[in-house]
Amino acid sequence: MSAVLSNQPAAAAPAKRSQGVWAASWRRLKADRLGVFAMVVVALSLLLVLAAGLGLVARDWQKETGVPNAPPTFMGPAPAESAGAIVQPKGPNVDLSDIDPLAPKYAEWAEKAKQYKTDEAPRAETLTFGGDRLGRDVLAKAIKGAEISIMVGVLAAVVATLIGTVLGALSGFYGGKVGDFLEWVYNVFTAMPNILLIFAFAVVFGRGVLPVVMILGLAGWTGIYRLVRAEFMKHSVREYVRSAEAIGASKASRMFKHILPNVSHVALVQLSLHVVGFIKSEVILSYLGLGVSVDQVSWGTMLAEAQSELILGYWWQLAAVTGFMAVFVTAFALFTDALRDALDPKLRGLE
Amino acid sequence: MLLSIQDLKVAFRMGKVDGVMQRQLAVKGVSFDIPENRTVALVGESGSGKSVTAMSILNLLPDNAERSGAILFQGRDLLKTSLRELQSVRGREIACVFQDPMSSLNPVFPVADQIMEPLVKHLGMSRRQALVRAEELLNEVGIPDPKRRLKSYPHEMSGGQQQRVMIAVALACSPKLLIADEPTTALDVTIQRQVMELLARLKESHKMSMLFISHDLGVVGEIADQVVVMRHGEIREKAPVADIFHSPKDAYTKALLACRPSLTENPARLMVIDDHIAGRSAQGAGKAKDPAAPVILEVKGLRKSFFFKSGLFSKTEFKAVKGVDFQLRKGHTLGVVGESGSGKTTMGLTLLRLHEPTGGQVLFEGKDLLKMNGPDWQKMRRRIQVVFQNPYASLNPRFTIAQTLLEPMEIHGIGASHDERVATASALLKKVGLDESALHKYPHEFSGGQRQRIAIARCLTLKPEVLVLDEAVSALDVSVQAQVLNLLKDLQDEFGLSYIFISHDLAVVKFISDEVLVMQHGDVVEQADARALLAAPQQEYTKRLLGAVPRGYQGTEPAASVA
Repeated sequence: MSAVLSNQPAAAAPAKRSQGVWAASWRRLKADRLGVFAMVVVALSLLLVLAAGLGLVARDWQKETGVPNAPPTFMGPAPAESAGAIVQPKGPNVDLSDIDPLAPKYAEWAEKAKQYKTDEAPRAETLTFGGDRLGRDVLAKAIKGAEISIMVGVLAAVVATLIGTVLGALSGFYGGKVGDFLEWVYNVFTAMPNILLIFAFAVVFGRGVLPVVMILGLAGWTGIYRLVRAEFMKHSVREYVRSAEAIGASKASRMFKHILPNVSHVALVQLSLHVVGFIKSEVILSYLGLGVSVDQVSWGTMLAEAQSELILGYWWQLAAVTGFMAVFVTAFALFTDALRDALDPKLRGLE
Repeated sequence: MLLSIQDLKVAFRMGKVDGVMQRQLAVKGVSFDIPENRTVALVGESGSGKSVTAMSILNLLPDNAERSGAILFQGRDLLKTSLRELQSVRGREIACVFQDPMSSLNPVFPVADQIMEPLVKHLGMSRRQALVRAEELLNEVGIPDPKRRLKSYPHEMSGGQQQRVMIAVALACSPKLLIADEPTTALDVTIQRQVMELLARLKESHKMSMLFISHDLGVVGEIADQVVVMRHGEIREKAPVADIFHSPKDAYTKALLACRPSLTENPARLMVIDDHIAGRSAQGAGKAKDPAAPVILEVKGLRKSFFFKSGLFSKTEFKAVKGVDFQLRKGHTLGVVGESGSGKTTMGLTLLRLHEPTGGQVLFEGKDLLKMNGPDWQKMRRRIQVVFQNPYASLNPRFTIAQTLLEPMEIHGIGASHDERVATASALLKKVGLDESALHKYPHEFSGGQRQRIAIARCLTLKPEVLVLDEAVSALDVSVQAQVLNLLKDLQDEFGLSYIFISHDLAVVKFISDEVLVMQHGDVVEQADARALLAAPQQEYTKRLLGAVPRGYQGTEPAASVA
């Protein structure tokens, strides 16, 4: 190396030094247009969840602002219902006051009622995205429901991935007795029907949002465990792990510093798949009455309501929830996909 | 003329940058002919475009490849034929044998099915006829007990046998041209010799031509009639094999010839490509080492067994290493030679306790390594380090080179601060011939040789005294191998390192070692001074290993023959 040449890397070094692993990953993520778009959608969804949680939007989702089952604005108001098959009697009204034992009280009650003011708010004929059977705005419900559904889906998936990854890492890396024990735990969990397992946990944890997270997380880690275990078994005998052992890296360091980043794509993909799955599971739990309480709303409870409404031709609640779910779930899956590619230095520069 | 390649160019589309398609030209206008009944060899380093050239004959390239020029096979231009026509040529008239037999046979089908497939497809045989023919073919490629072997699955066979099966598949339809893409690179030297002899014999008996691709001129010299030397997608020289070996015209050809360690000469350093092209010559003979240097590592009766479950409660013992004794002196190199399965790698890993040994003693300056525990062993780890065979697998793909090099120093608390460690790391990178811009890159951005240098630099961060090199140059091209071997010698001179050099290639072992240990089936069959062993091998096994080393063209020049 000549002196002239050796000067160059030194000058370029400070600029390059800032390029850490994360900075490089971020740069790669930014280059992925679809990934950035998905990330923006996910970020907006999370902002919406935060806003709903703080009461900035959809605070009055319980207010009955429209007529029951108000159709969406673009469909126009529902046609007035025909009176039905019962024929109205045509004769004059019969005076029953002689034989009505409550008749003397009517005047008194009418007097008392005048002391209170009833404020019958005008109910809108149509709402932007329609109303439910109580006339609540579907859009507000869907936004408020996103708060619980997304929180449950993401948190439960994180819990499940965490349990599955840690146990899978231990089992795959150590093998032997530890592996056998964890396999036994896995077998116990998978031998039980899933719904039974969920019921059992529901009895322990009770009702509410956090219990749902724990129930789903504890019942849903098994698939991730197996995949991560297989990856760890494969990687723990690889030469790069051997060479880490040879330089004296501890077991924990080999497991989590060396192997984990190399198998993180498995965990990430599983995470995104489980978010989707757990949002759906929350629906089932809520439907069975094990989910969130009645004064809360989630996409799950909305879907449960939509089921009976659909028969009557009120499709908008279903459409609103499905739309929200589809956008979020797709964006989340695309985002994790982009994240995996960005975190993988091997894919850099390929088509 | 059977096959004529005229001005072939192959470019790969590399994706769009700012809307402009990026193309990388892998083959830059290559022309050569393959006459009937001749073997033409394509020689070059990795990335020279030799495989791409060969694979473009049958269009076995990825979808993003674009070919131009002409490939005339019996007058037909294969670049212009339809896929259907091409499929009738593939396997029928032109057949291929690939580098890695383990991955080119389908693991879920028995061998018989794989040989019968082309017979049924191209020759329209019935399954019964095809089965009979398959048995004949297995017999022809020299697999013992072919009738029984037809039912075997690939994993039940050794690498050499798998390669023979691949050759049987390729020969099934008696093709006119056999393309052999590095068919022996993944094999031991002894197996390599057998496969080469088989290919040469079959070429004669089937009256076919062969396109033989290799990075090793030594191998090529023994089998080829014509040699085409490629570099960077261009042909550097094409000539009959005798001319290539006796009067090479191109500087690059000369360099390739010079960089393979030979059994006859005893240089201190090997020539590398750049040396040769720059007109520098290798330095004189190596200086002898101090035979009275202190013994740093003494191994007594080292044993290692693996246990397999057989039945419910019983275990079968497989003795991988059956009692190895040796002494390693400071600054010396002990070569360990043997075929796959001889227990040489297991022995090396057991020394480092990457496998827990079953018995024996490893005395490092008088202290038994195998009895150490916890902190003592952790301290000792610094002093004995290992470099693995496959440079692609031994570096963590998620770590930058800086992380890779700093980690051992952090674990052992070497260097006072982060900056000091970084300084040490960049100094070591310079020592192994890379500059410090490498620190912020990932392993996949480097070639195999560069990665092996990084792996060596990682070991050096701990300032070890003993380095176990487990087939450290076997996966590298001959030219890169020479650079790494030179580096190892330089480092030994500078730091007084002691090496345990494990390899299947006696020529390489001879170049670097002072003493050689020959292993077979877990036993040491011969142990002697490197020069003495090569001059007068005592054991039949050693002689066989020695005989298997490729020697290049031995035709007309009597001086080149080895006693």
